[in-house]
Amino acid sequence: MTAWFDYTINGLIVGNIYALLAVGLALIFGVSHLINFAHGSVYMVGGFIGWLCLTRLGLPLPVALVATIAGCALLGVVIERIGLRPLQGAARIAPLLATIGISFVLDQLAQIVFGPDPRPVPSSLPEWTLSLGGATLGSLDLLIAAIGIGAAAVLYVFLRFTRLGWAVRATAQDRDAAQQMGVNVNAVNQAVFAIACGLGGLSGLLVGMYYNSIDPAMGFQATLKGVVALLIGGLGNVPGAIAGSLLLGLVESYGVALFGTSYRDLFAFVLLLAFLVWRPNGLFSSSRRLPPEPLTGTFLSNRKAVRIPPRVIVAVVALAFVVPFVTPSAYVLQTLTNGWIYGLLALSLTLVAGTVGQISLGHAALLLIGAYASALLSVNLGWSPAVTIPLAGLITAAIGTLLVYPSFRLRGHYVSIATLGIGEIIGLVVLNWDSLTRGPVGITGIAPLSLFGWQLTGVRAVYWFTLAVLVLLALLQVRLLRSHLGRTWRAIREDDVAARAYGVRPNRYKAIAFACGGLAAGIGGGIAAHLYSYINYQSFDSQVSILALTMVILGGLGSVVGAVAGAIALISLPELFRFAADYRMLIYGVILLLLVRFRPQGLFGAV
Amino acid sequence: MSTSSLHLVSSHDLPTTQLAMTEPLLKLDQIDTFYGQIQVHFGLNLSIGRGEIVSLLGGNASGKSTAMKVILGLHKPRNGTISFDGKPLNGLPTSQIVRRGIASVPEARRLFGDMTVRENLLMGAFVRSDRAGIAADYERMLELFPRVKERLTQRAGTLSGGEQQMLAMARALMSRPALVCMDEPTMGLSPLYVDKVLELIQTINRQGITFFMVEQNASLALQIAHRGYVLQTGRVVLSGTASELLGDQRIRDAYLGGSLAAETAS
Amino acid sequence: MTSSSSAGADILFDVRRVTRRFGGLVAVDEVNLSVARGECVSVIGPNGAGKSTLFNLLTGIDTPDSGSVRFGGEDVTGMAPEQLAARGVARTFQHGRVFGNLSVLDNVLIGAHARLAMTRRGWPVVGAFAEVLRALIGPAPVRREEAELRDEVKALLARFGTRLAPRIDEPAHSLSYANRRRVEIARALALRPRILLLDEPTAGMNESETAEMLELILELKRDGLTILLIEHKLDLVMRLSDRVLVLDDGRKIASGLPDEVRNDPAVIEAYLGHRHVGAQAGRNETAAA
Repeated sequence: MTAWFDYTINGLIVGNIYALLAVGLALIFGVSHLINFAHGSVYMVGGFIGWLCLTRLGLPLPVALVATIAGCALLGVVIERIGLRPLQGAARIAPLLATIGISFVLDQLAQIVFGPDPRPVPSSLPEWTLSLGGATLGSLDLLIAAIGIGAAAVLYVFLRFTRLGWAVRATAQDRDAAQQMGVNVNAVNQAVFAIACGLGGLSGLLVGMYYNSIDPAMGFQATLKGVVALLIGGLGNVPGAIAGSLLLGLVESYGVALFGTSYRDLFAFVLLLAFLVWRPNGLFSSSRRLPPEPLTGTFLSNRKAVRIPPRVIVAVVALAFVVPFVTPSAYVLQTLTNGWIYGLLALSLTLVAGTVGQISLGHAALLLIGAYASALLSVNLGWSPAVTIPLAGLITAAIGTLLVYPSFRLRGHYVSIATLGIGEIIGLVVLNWDSLTRGPVGITGIAPLSLFGWQLTGVRAVYWFTLAVLVLLALLQVRLLRSHLGRTWRAIREDDVAARAYGVRPNRYKAIAFACGGLAAGIGGGIAAHLYSYINYQSFDSQVSILALTMVILGGLGSVVGAVAGAIALISLPELFRFAADYRMLIYGVILLLLVRFRPQGLFGAV
Repeated sequence: MSTSSLHLVSSHDLPTTQLAMTEPLLKLDQIDTFYGQIQVHFGLNLSIGRGEIVSLLGGNASGKSTAMKVILGLHKPRNGTISFDGKPLNGLPTSQIVRRGIASVPEARRLFGDMTVRENLLMGAFVRSDRAGIAADYERMLELFPRVKERLTQRAGTLSGGEQQMLAMARALMSRPALVCMDEPTMGLSPLYVDKVLELIQTINRQGITFFMVEQNASLALQIAHRGYVLQTGRVVLSGTASELLGDQRIRDAYLGGSLAAETAS
Repeated sequence: MTSSSSAGADILFDVRRVTRRFGGLVAVDEVNLSVARGECVSVIGPNGAGKSTLFNLLTGIDTPDSGSVRFGGEDVTGMAPEQLAARGVARTFQHGRVFGNLSVLDNVLIGAHARLAMTRRGWPVVGAFAEVLRALIGPAPVRREEAELRDEVKALLARFGTRLAPRIDEPAHSLSYANRRRVEIARALALRPRILLLDEPTAGMNESETAEMLELILELKRDGLTILLIEHKLDLVMRLSDRVLVLDDGRKIASGLPDEVRNDPAVIEAYLGHRHVGAQAGRNETAAA
């Protein structure tokens, strides 16, 4: 029994930390209707600032805490200036993507400066313990609890009793009315970002102290947890965010107690999806209808799409086939082959996000399903890749569509969050379902590519095979885009209300799009499995999902040619130019930012 | 149905009253407003004198709500000038315009629903920093609006429509404005509250505050207004003193459609 | 449900006592409406009278709290918009909702979606699969249907003279507002509707554009199309309508022939303002003198 009390206390403490994150997200969402995907990066930066103060500068803990808050507040102001202010007139998805780009940049900078390895954070606290009903609370636990409660109190006082706090509340409730009372909403946004990021940074330092470890990659999971708590409490609801965080902390604590540590994150995302499906407005709203969120819209430019003459495309494709004769270098061919595989993912995503307007942030999971499907079928049943790869495509299409179907009623931000959550869940299921997927060990010894016994030995054969598959699927996609089906997809993207008024059933066509996309991505994953001969749950993770989105935006949402071009540009070119892996993510982040700000329609515009 | 051509009464033809002789407090000059490609105002001219109650009337899609947005800086006109108290207002952000002395009672009130009545009132004074003055005005508002006083600690969203309108007016007055802009103040109110609102506008006006009212209900508006403008598809098609307009049959045509717009030059 | 006897089949829309409440507000209050085949009925009323809500109830975007909606003898209360489209109900939207990034041609082609063989629903999953295959393979019947449809749409666009036909491949967002609204009507006609619901078709248009739209609607009327119209410009309403229904505060306050309605004192009062109840001290006439 005491164990459960222990778990409860533990859950509440962790929940406390999440609350510092989630409250910031709620504040930001309240005033600007933006989910700040860079929040986790700020949290990570906070951890490092604190670490610097404590270890390198030898400052006492209170000073370190203040420095962390101040530094991250400043970072928040910068993020608002870069990520939100210039994009105010743009499609709603633009600030979301801009913050994702910023998070890439921050994470990579930290990795370059500090190195990827985790480092301990000294907890310079006296060794107090407190016994509470059988549970023991250490001084750090007490500190975290005190800070959590203290921060909540300060925030309450701020919002209730100060002029700026009132301006924040007024802006969150009704931006226009607040303006008409004389509130400078831009200043309010900046203040909110400063406060939110200050709290987020503080949270990062506390986590670092609690687990005695910080590393540059800790931000992404934090963002996700924060978003889950935010959603549970109701987007923009500050006390709700606290409640949601505590709930999340408890659920995780009990879940880990029952099932083991590796399941920790799974609970967060299952909780997320449960809420998205049953209570998208959060715990505290009685309404089951979605809040009226303006349609996300996509980046389709008002200029005509850049039309590349078919002759040019044929020539380039022919050129691609000829490359192995020109450069015998295995390195070049392997890099390009990898590019073709990602091209398949990009094809899939450009269909779903570009043509149909469903901005999926978890698309790499489809590659993962395809890879595992093909690998398992070939390793366990001994079937030839010529059979397992297409089967993998079909399995991916089925599973992917089934999982994403319940989210079709969602719009805007919610779709992106849902797909993100689903992507994470798939990765975690793959990790934890040992009996099927061999868990964290992954699958080794996957047979190389072969077509009915005829092994595709040699880099060139593999290159041609993959390219041929890519070209085939691209042609099929183009054909679909030109048909009435393609027209219907685009109509749903443009205005699903008007589309329904003319007989179009949005769920049906969204499902078809995800199925077609799932097929392409699943085949890509299958090829990858046989190519790499080893895969595990981290082979295609959320970073890849975001990368895929960057590729597709670079090429132009909806454009088949653009998707392939984007894939080559972001996968193969950096490799060929020998950019160190370290800098690549940084560059991707910057590219995403620049695209979203200056050329959201990408290279080839809309189709 | 008479098809006589309309003789336009321009505000310059009005018998000059004491009020109209001084420089207008708010002046809109040749305003063209667009929503994307759709033109909503065509050379709009309005002027509001100090101490007046002026009403902007018109049917649906006449452009009267947009006129309010333009004055408050929520929507920028493409051409034309707006001046307040002799100084130009063009291009200023809303928060600045409000600081100049214009207060707003938005359509459908737009109170801060989760904030208490008291907090809403004090938000009205956001642009002011003179604590003593704010406190004094706060007490005045409570006297003028007894219903508001009864519900100080209630959340504004829980008030009835009429009470909300009272609160919205009180909130606007808290900034000690020279001009109060009201967008459809009687919409959705019961007859009792309609009476109260109109009475309050007159009372406060007598203390020297100028009112500009956008109102669909012409007969109500003209009962308290000094002057009125009738808008149709973005043009002023009739204007005059309240009694002139009340007696004019053509106001019916302006509301119920017809080809009045063709007659307007500008 | 099959259509009823021939007498009943003449009434296309039979709306009985539909009511829709939003919290405490009754947006549509026990409204009755019937539209017979070939008629043009207008719904008018001041702002906030419930006209758009009524339209939403008739087109499946919203569901009435009580009352019934019958179309062509069939009970369609609560059906989704897609289902109504399949039954021949076409509508346009206030301020126009075209597919901005789609060409004019594509916009109008979508209008026919509900009646195409190539988009037929079929069985769950299998039907969707079949639709993809049809799109990929493009067998002869599909190609034929598409070709015929294109011809039909081009002929449709020709009705608009030189307004739309030369712009057939341009994206809809690049068209003028009036042209976008014409595209919307063309799209609605592509559905081959049994009834056309027009929501303020001339909103935001100037004199000449309004006159053109009037001519177009009269032409459609002459072709025998049944029309239900929300409109504010009363002279338009007078010229187009066989009958007029006046709403105020969600309730029907008058209905009948256009001239009867126009001179109805209740209607005039609804538009210009109710004579209010209760004394009002101090009119400002003296100030203006």
